[in-house]
Amino acid sequence: MQDVTPTVLTVTQLNAYVKSIIEEDFNLRTVFLVGEISNFTNHYRTGHLYMTIKDENCSIKAVMFRSSAQRLKFEPESGMSVIIRGRVSLFERDGQYQLYIDDMQPDGMGALSLAFEQLKKKLSAQGLFDEEHKKPLPRYPQKIGVVTSPTGAVLQDIRNVLQRRFPAVEIVLCPVEVQGANASKQIAKAIEKFNMLKGADVLIVGRGGGSMEDLWAFNEEIVARAVFDSEIPVISAVGHETDFTICDFVADLRAPTPSAAAELAVPEISEQKIYIKSLDLACKNQIKRMVDDNRVKLKLLMSSRAMQNIHSVVENKRLIIDDLINRMQQSVLLRLSDNKGKIRALCGKLDALSPLKVLARGYSVVFKEEKSVSSVKDIEKDDEIKIRMSDGIAECLVRKCNYEKNDL
Amino acid sequence: MKKMTYEQAIKRLEEIVSTLEKGEASLDDSLKLFKEGTELSAFCSDFLDKADLKISELSDIKIDEEVE
Repeated sequence: MQDVTPTVLTVTQLNAYVKSIIEEDFNLRTVFLVGEISNFTNHYRTGHLYMTIKDENCSIKAVMFRSSAQRLKFEPESGMSVIIRGRVSLFERDGQYQLYIDDMQPDGMGALSLAFEQLKKKLSAQGLFDEEHKKPLPRYPQKIGVVTSPTGAVLQDIRNVLQRRFPAVEIVLCPVEVQGANASKQIAKAIEKFNMLKGADVLIVGRGGGSMEDLWAFNEEIVARAVFDSEIPVISAVGHETDFTICDFVADLRAPTPSAAAELAVPEISEQKIYIKSLDLACKNQIKRMVDDNRVKLKLLMSSRAMQNIHSVVENKRLIIDDLINRMQQSVLLRLSDNKGKIRALCGKLDALSPLKVLARGYSVVFKEEKSVSSVKDIEKDDEIKIRMSDGIAECLVRKCNYEKNDL
Repeated sequence: MKKMTYEQAIKRLEEIVSTLEKGEASLDDSLKLFKEGTELSAFCSDFLDKADLKISELSDIKIDEEVE
């Protein structure tokens, strides 16, 4: 801009000029900046992040476009101290110079650690880690679903443990990538698929050890949600014993290693054999005891007084009957002899009354024509009569009848 | 004996043992249970003895590999 020929510019031209000046500056093309985020907005439609970066005295507008923001592991928020990599340029419309952020890191803490803490806090608040959602593992699974890399040592470890510990199962593998950009989605899909197909009784989701970046897929929300939504109980087995992932917290059971997951998933076959033997033995003992008990009961019954004396009871009855018969006979005989005496007495009386006795005392009986006669009126002169006396009969002829009036 | 899983068999076996231990069933029923229990334990033992680890792949799985 020289004095002689002043050029009149439009605002657009000016802003474009300033922008070009700024962008030509090599130092402004890549800027590392430390500061605190304020006025943070996540544009809900575009996904661009808008914020102001400030220190104690100054501030600068900043924007992070969606393409870059997507790669952030943690959620930026106002008040957060960050280290930013970006470039400086001018937003021509407003004549506003600002910072275009390519990447940022939380200051003082790794981005992944922060992201981990943030997601952990969020899911915990939503109750995804709550004990009440933990499903019990089946005691005797038939199919063990494994979500891991088909090539890693994890599958081999699980296989070895199951082969040794409880080979009466089937491993159903769903091969997935366990690190890299696709890993979390593949893992989540695999878990959903197992559920959809009811392809296993229990799932082992895991991978071998590695850096936090390597294990990152197991810290992603999509995996956490899939594990939480799984109807099939999930054992999480990521990395080594000291590695904790979000997946571990959501899972129904966390195993320190994949081998340990396999151990937890099944019973031990030799213990099972012993257990079955013990059940079998319990059956036998119980039934033996029952039979013995019954035998004892039977013996007791047989030796009871009633059973023992059943014979003498009959004898007793027989004795009673005999006695009765006896008494009956006795009483009949008694009655009989009693009557004999009476008869004898009667016979005596009869004897005493016998007409022969009367005759012996000197009385006689008169018969006329074989009939006894007791009145002289019944006979007359010249009748033939017979007189019966005690020692014979006299045949007589009536000469005369003298009637005498009997005053007696 | 009808076809059952190891889990079903062992569950039933545990039931039978507990019923027998209570000693409330009649001798007749107990003998029937005993017979069933013996068959079940034989089935379970046999199942474990013949166990052979199988490996298969979850069929019909298409993992979406595209990156957004």
